[in-house]
Amino acid sequence: MRLEYFEMIDQVESFDRAAKRIVTCSTVPAESPVFEGHFPGHPLVPGVLLTETMAQASGYLLLGLNHLTQMPFLMMVDKARFRTFVEPNAVLDVSAELVHEGSGYAATKAKIAIAGKPICDAELRFRLMPFPADMHVLMQARLKAIGLSPEAA
Amino acid sequence: MSATFETVAGIISETCDIPREKITPQSHAIEDLGIDSLAFLDIAFAIDKAFGIKLPLEQWTQEVNEGKAPAEQYFVLENLCKRIDDLVAAKVA
Repeated sequence: MRLEYFEMIDQVESFDRAAKRIVTCSTVPAESPVFEGHFPGHPLVPGVLLTETMAQASGYLLLGLNHLTQMPFLMMVDKARFRTFVEPNAVLDVSAELVHEGSGYAATKAKIAIAGKPICDAELRFRLMPFPADMHVLMQARLKAIGLSPEAA
Repeated sequence: MSATFETVAGIISETCDIPREKITPQSHAIEDLGIDSLAFLDIAFAIDKAFGIKLPLEQWTQEVNEGKAPAEQYFVLENLCKRIDDLVAAKVA
C-alpha cells in the first residue's frame, strides 16, 4: 500500500467470477507523508483513503469481470461506515462483490476487515466508460502487479 | 397515469430532489427536468432495481448520438415508461 501514490491494493487473494467477488489484501505502511498531517503524533488512515481502497478493490473486480473492456470510474459512495481506527502496519482484508450490473454502470458492496473484525463498509457505484488513452496499458500492468492475471480476468 | 409513471416520477423526484408536481408524462428528463447524465445513471439504478430490468442506456445513448433515434424517444417520461413496460413484459414472457 502506497498511500501517497494511491496504490491501495497490494495483492489479490481470490477472484471468483461466478460469485462476482474479489478478496484482496493490503498492509498499511509504517510511515507515510499522509500521517504527518493525519494526525501529527497520532497516525491514522483517513476515511477517504479507506473509501478509495474499497473503490479500488471494486474497480479491479469490475475490470476482471469485464475483461478490461471498460474502465470503472467511481461515481457514488453510499452508506459508508467507518467502525474503528486504522493505524500504521495494519493488515487489511479488502473485499468487494458486484450487486448490480447496469448498462454503463455497476454497483458493488465493499468492506475492509482486520483479522476478521469489520473496519468499514460502503455501497459504491461506478460509471463504466471506454478507456482513456494509455489507461488500458496502465491497468493491465496494475492487474499483473497485484496478481490478477489477464488470463484469469 | 400509469403505475409505471408514478414509480418513475417518484424515483426522479427523490433522486434528483425535483418537486413531484413538476414531473409530468410529457417531461423531457434532460431538457425539462435538467437531469444530467450522471444523475440519469442514478435514476437508472433505481429503475433497474424497482422493475427488475436492465435499462439499455448505452444502446439508447449510442442511437441518439448516431442520429438513429430522437432523444425524445427515450427521455420523455411517457416514452421511457413505455420502454420500461416493454422490458418488464419481455422479462415475464
